[in-house]
Amino acid sequence: MAENRHKSLGLSDEEVLDLFRTMLMARKIDERMWLLNRAGKIPFVISCQGQEAAQVGASYALDRTKDYALPYYRDMGVVLSFGMTPQDLMLSGFAKAEDPNSGGRQMPGHFGQKKNRIVTGSSPVTTQVPHAVGIALAGKMEKKDFVSLVTFGEGSSNQGDFHEGANFAGVHKLPVIFMVENNKYAISVPVSKQLACEKVSDRAIGYGMPGFTVDGNDPLAVYEAVKAAADRCRNGEGPTLIETVSYRLTPHSSDDDDRTYREREEVDEAKKKDSIVTFANYLREQNILTEEIETEMNEEINQIVNDATDYAENASYAEAESAMKYVYEE
Amino acid sequence: MAVISYIQAVTQALREEMKRDDKVFVLGEDVGKRGGVFRATDGLYDEFGEDRVLDTPLAESAIAGVGIGAAMYGMRPVAEMQFADFIMPAVNQIISEAAKTRYRSNNDWSVPMTIRAPYGGGVHGALYHSQSVEAVFANQPGLKIVMPSTPYDVKGLLKASIRDNDPVLFFEHKRAYRLIKGEVPEEDYTLPIGKADVKREGSDITVITYGLCVHFALQAAEKLAEEGIDAHILDLRTVYPLDQQGIIEAASKTGKVLLVTEDNKEGGIISEVSAIISENCLFDLDAPVQRLAGPDVPSMPYAPTMEKFFMMNPDKVEKAMRDLAEF
Amino acid sequence: MGVEKINMPQLGESVTEGTISTWLVEPGDQVNKYDPIAEVMTDKVNAEVPSSFTGVIKELVAEEGETLAVGDLMCHIEVEGSTSEDKPEKSKVEETPVQQEKKPEEKKTTTSQKSAQTKQDKGNKKRYSPAVMTLAQDHEIDLNQIEGSGRGGRITRKDIEKIIESGEIPQAEKDSEENAQPSAQPAAASSEKQASAAAASNVQAGEGDIEIPVNGVRKAIAANMVKSKTEIPHAWMMVEVDVTNLVEFRNAKKKQFKEKEGFSLTYFAFFVKAVAQALKEYPQLNSTWGGDKIIQRKAINLNIAVAKEDQLFVPVIRDADEKSIKGIAKDITDLAGKARDGKLTSKDMEGGTFTVNNTGSFGSVQSMGVINHPQSAILQVESIVKRPVYQNGMFGARDMVNLCLSLDHRVLDGLVAGNFLARVKEILEKMSEDNTSVY
Repeated sequence: MAENRHKSLGLSDEEVLDLFRTMLMARKIDERMWLLNRAGKIPFVISCQGQEAAQVGASYALDRTKDYALPYYRDMGVVLSFGMTPQDLMLSGFAKAEDPNSGGRQMPGHFGQKKNRIVTGSSPVTTQVPHAVGIALAGKMEKKDFVSLVTFGEGSSNQGDFHEGANFAGVHKLPVIFMVENNKYAISVPVSKQLACEKVSDRAIGYGMPGFTVDGNDPLAVYEAVKAAADRCRNGEGPTLIETVSYRLTPHSSDDDDRTYREREEVDEAKKKDSIVTFANYLREQNILTEEIETEMNEEINQIVNDATDYAENASYAEAESAMKYVYEE
Repeated sequence: MAVISYIQAVTQALREEMKRDDKVFVLGEDVGKRGGVFRATDGLYDEFGEDRVLDTPLAESAIAGVGIGAAMYGMRPVAEMQFADFIMPAVNQIISEAAKTRYRSNNDWSVPMTIRAPYGGGVHGALYHSQSVEAVFANQPGLKIVMPSTPYDVKGLLKASIRDNDPVLFFEHKRAYRLIKGEVPEEDYTLPIGKADVKREGSDITVITYGLCVHFALQAAEKLAEEGIDAHILDLRTVYPLDQQGIIEAASKTGKVLLVTEDNKEGGIISEVSAIISENCLFDLDAPVQRLAGPDVPSMPYAPTMEKFFMMNPDKVEKAMRDLAEF
Repeated sequence: MGVEKINMPQLGESVTEGTISTWLVEPGDQVNKYDPIAEVMTDKVNAEVPSSFTGVIKELVAEEGETLAVGDLMCHIEVEGSTSEDKPEKSKVEETPVQQEKKPEEKKTTTSQKSAQTKQDKGNKKRYSPAVMTLAQDHEIDLNQIEGSGRGGRITRKDIEKIIESGEIPQAEKDSEENAQPSAQPAAASSEKQASAAAASNVQAGEGDIEIPVNGVRKAIAANMVKSKTEIPHAWMMVEVDVTNLVEFRNAKKKQFKEKEGFSLTYFAFFVKAVAQALKEYPQLNSTWGGDKIIQRKAINLNIAVAKEDQLFVPVIRDADEKSIKGIAKDITDLAGKARDGKLTSKDMEGGTFTVNNTGSFGSVQSMGVINHPQSAILQVESIVKRPVYQNGMFGARDMVNLCLSLDHRVLDGLVAGNFLARVKEILEKMSEDNTSVY
């Protein structure tokens, strides 16, 4: 039997099982979205597949009753962890009025839900980074001890807003965790053409913060790194840059064909390291994920995803004229 | 009532709002110890401390973006762009984020932030210290753009901007900072954003303008009054969204309308004003709507000859007003 | 050697003034160009102001502690060689945009342009703005008759507004032609356009209100009334006439007259006779406005107003001045009868030159008539009432009547109208058995 790694991180068996369940939920919803797209029922999908471990592992390391999340468009695992429901996500996929992210105004993947402190985001990448810094600044001014977690891709780490935001947080020692989900591709451009340095985390030193690169397929490694970063934040030691390395298992989006720029073998190889597979194996080895629990979990999740799909598909769209609402305060 | 300068009105409004509401804070380049390169935040650092008068790194997108984040949390940041010309790196944050936050989140999130920026020419500031940038932002629903002309309006509108629950761009004419003085009540008051103001009643021609050009028009009107030309002057005050009713009333009053800006001519605020007039006032019009504006060159050159050629002044306004009156 | 000025420089963007904190030189000091001469304090910076010239400081004009506007004189300096005043050209930057720079060349250009434009033909006269067109249509203004005050003779909105305010509205040529061949026929003078002009806009009937369709005669009346009231500047005056003798005379005669002639001898016939006689003496009132002329009518054809239910007719007593009271009374009787029976022909109503209206028959004692377009006046004969009047040192009961005249002020003034009324009054007061024959 392999070594038990989660106990030393302070995670109970129930907690890791719940963590896995959330990862699996994200995967299953994502897969359903693709099916709906290919069936012509929803116009667009952008995936979390391959990044669930990093997303859920990081979220579980935070205090999800007070910390802020500024996710990017792949972060289904983050928003599920922070309290958004499968039904909410399906409503967003179908662009229905009840979608809590935007009431059907934004494409799927543009998350936001104030009651769960999931901060609204847009399509121009990396704009959320300074927002995370601003929220952390407000927390510091208000003498609160929350942390703000902002996530983005390795491609986004080239944007000015990343550098400006990281520097600002470094100068003012703000409680921000910058987490780069390095999935090796910015649409079609591989990381080798994105970065001149070896790792994204190498950039941390320029902003006076520690930088770490961890295995993005290992939720416990991500948990550990983010937990430590959150502790530094709460101790007033300022921000941290964490790079989680995994792989984007799907094309960039439902409108992309990744066979034009990467070999199938490369994808097949990556799938062997897929956290849904490897972390399940770990939990089986630890006797936490028994066959019985796994069957039950799969059935339960399928039921939830089916119900969420049905609900969302039958839900109403927003009134056309409601497009005029909420330009300004009303 | 005390007579104070335009920039003193800015400082006074900031100080009063910071005293009134702990959530109000100032951030920008050199706003802290230095009190701003124009001294708009003079004294605030000593009074409120470095946490509420925040010197930021030299990075405009972060100034806007960090302000947006703090505002989304519930603070009321007042960000200063050192010059309107330097707002460009922050355009993505302002247009993609601040302007759209309420709308894209279906009213879940909002950005109660004010961004102040000195604009305008006539100060030997050349291409990158003279620009008027309002037109860049003036087709972005979700934003409000305020451009006051007098110290009284500055104080009332800056306070209203800070208290507004949506993002406001507050453009201050840098030439007006010390040139324009006026009576400003010491007590607290706000003025409505989105309302134009009649600065002079008249019956022969209507001049619609904003910012420093309001003063040019007022001076020209006094001279023309001696010739029997009676000008009606409307100060837009808020250039986005425009006060349509105020514009229609002012234009219909005389049927002869001159629109003045120191910005470039094509695609500017006054072009939109002109469109509003043509949509609504056809049967009251007695002359083609005239635009008096800067030339369509990228910006104001440095050499005094060329700067003067570009910059609006009372003579240019007077000539255009007389020309229209004689039509 | 020459003397140069050193002025307060603009120390920083937006700075408009500076305070001299310390002079670093005094008169007689030799300074080189760019040597500091004073410390100056502004809102933005504290700076040493350098000399712009090499020379000897002559006079410190400003004192320490004094605040100077940018461009104001700080000191004089004596320099070698020629001064800037000798230089032919100096590109002087406008220091403050509020300063008005005199630009004679530019003004001259404007003036010459202006005179060139004035010399142009009235090229813009017929280019009407939407505002002018709208106002002209609303008020039926003939724009051809208006002098424009705008560039190239353009008619401005203000021009029209002034005309409307004055009430003197020039109408189209068409109307002037009609004036030359007057027709008092209400229906004939009407047109749909005028009738619609008379229509009140946007009047809505409420619950319980009755909507009565407007027929042709009503429309014609409406159109004529609107035309008269909008085109003719009405003025009004009234005289009081003592007709005690006339009443006695008529009462004495009426029974016998009726028996003899078969129709009534009405008071109105006496009034019409008096008016016809006075019009002969004051032909100014028997005339028509013709735009660029006034046409005095030779014939005295008097319209009388005859009402029938909702209709108003104004048939004509032709050549009234040539008729006896009896003749007039007969015409009145005939015309009124025709009107009642609906037998009035257009011939009966053509060619009127003046109108007499028997408003007294309704009991009215005072009214303001609307002139029967295109005539120039209308006389309203009110009720005869017994009133105490002071006369010959005592009060006596007298029969009094008011005569109300509406006049076209374009044609007539108060003087001639007053004289005319006075004459009518005189004729009526003298009417008695002694000097008047009804035949």
